[in-house]
Amino acid sequence: MTDTKNDYQKILGSVQKPVKGEAGKTGSWSPKKPIIDIEKCIPAKSGKPSCFNCWLYCPEAVVSRTIPPKIDFDYCKGCGICMEECPVKAITMEEVSIE
Amino acid sequence: MVNVLDLPEEELIYPGTRACAGCSMALIYRIALKALGKNTIITVPASCLTVLHGMQGFCTTKVSVLHTPFATTGASASGIVASLEDKGLNEDINVVAFAGDGGTVDIGIQSLSGAVERGTNFIFACYDNEAYMNTGVQRSGSTPPGAFSTTTPDGKIGYKKDMPKILEAHGVPYVATAISSYPLDLYEKFSRAKEIYGPKYIHILAPCPPGWGYEPKDSIKIGRLAVQTGFWPLYEVIEGKFQLSKDSRRYLDPKKRKPIEEYLSLQKRFRNISDEIIANYRDYIDNLWKDIKTRTKEEN
Repeated sequence: MTDTKNDYQKILGSVQKPVKGEAGKTGSWSPKKPIIDIEKCIPAKSGKPSCFNCWLYCPEAVVSRTIPPKIDFDYCKGCGICMEECPVKAITMEEVSIE
Repeated sequence: MVNVLDLPEEELIYPGTRACAGCSMALIYRIALKALGKNTIITVPASCLTVLHGMQGFCTTKVSVLHTPFATTGASASGIVASLEDKGLNEDINVVAFAGDGGTVDIGIQSLSGAVERGTNFIFACYDNEAYMNTGVQRSGSTPPGAFSTTTPDGKIGYKKDMPKILEAHGVPYVATAISSYPLDLYEKFSRAKEIYGPKYIHILAPCPPGWGYEPKDSIKIGRLAVQTGFWPLYEVIEGKFQLSKDSRRYLDPKKRKPIEEYLSLQKRFRNISDEIIANYRDYIDNLWKDIKTRTKEEN
């Protein structure tokens, strides 16, 4: 019996595994993290799926399209694009300690 | 017009990549993959996107990626398409070449031109950050005049190569320009390109925080200014038919365009720009939009 997949991997050695955090926990790149004010956030206030500018513009895919949006601080690089793009200014950048 | 809720929620790119904070290329790639879907093979020459994909043994995307030498992006795409056609899989799988501006306008142009001439059924996407960014900001054929780079310390002399026009001259069925700051427009363009048979070309301007010299949080704002000042018009050419995109349509009126200084002054790379070059920019934009106006009229 030949195990094609394993043989292939042995020969090429380049079949790569998709992983989260290839560069490590990139959240450590910046101590500043976006904090969402639930009182102002449009989907959280209306309870309906709308706006989601923070999810749309995030280059790192760390914001979830949920009500309210959640941000994964383990991988958020703290660029601040979501703060700039929030139409109601519900996001502020604050220093958060990460382990 | 697509809505934010029309975009698939599933992310095909994992967080925690090596891209810089506020990198607009990462955003372009994320949105493009959403439009292309899981059945996609990406071919990437040496570029920032190679850095994003990570080191040997790991990958950051859920789609297949082939790393190729700089000059062979177009040829590798032709090869992938030929082998898929041989296996009868070409109808289900999108083949996409994703190259930087160096890999498109300078080093990759001959293999791109060849692949397009052969009529390869693929999408060539160029994310244009206007210099060789991952090797430390050297000038490319796509660097705009007056911009600082480590090889043009006093600002580039010359002009920015008009790549979409070169591809139009090849008779490509689909040519489009896009920008990271209008992700819905970008999504729409990739979705449309995917449905067309033959070579497709999408040129995407990608603001770069360390290379252009601005705060990462301004990535979207700067890109938006490039459109609002008229420097970067968003358009599509489908089967030779020119169509100005919705987000750029209002700038046909010169009064609605913002002054170019607003775009240039936010970037440190234009710190030492002379008034003469700024005047040249104004002339360039005026001529560009005169051309767009005549082309829009011809179509209607």
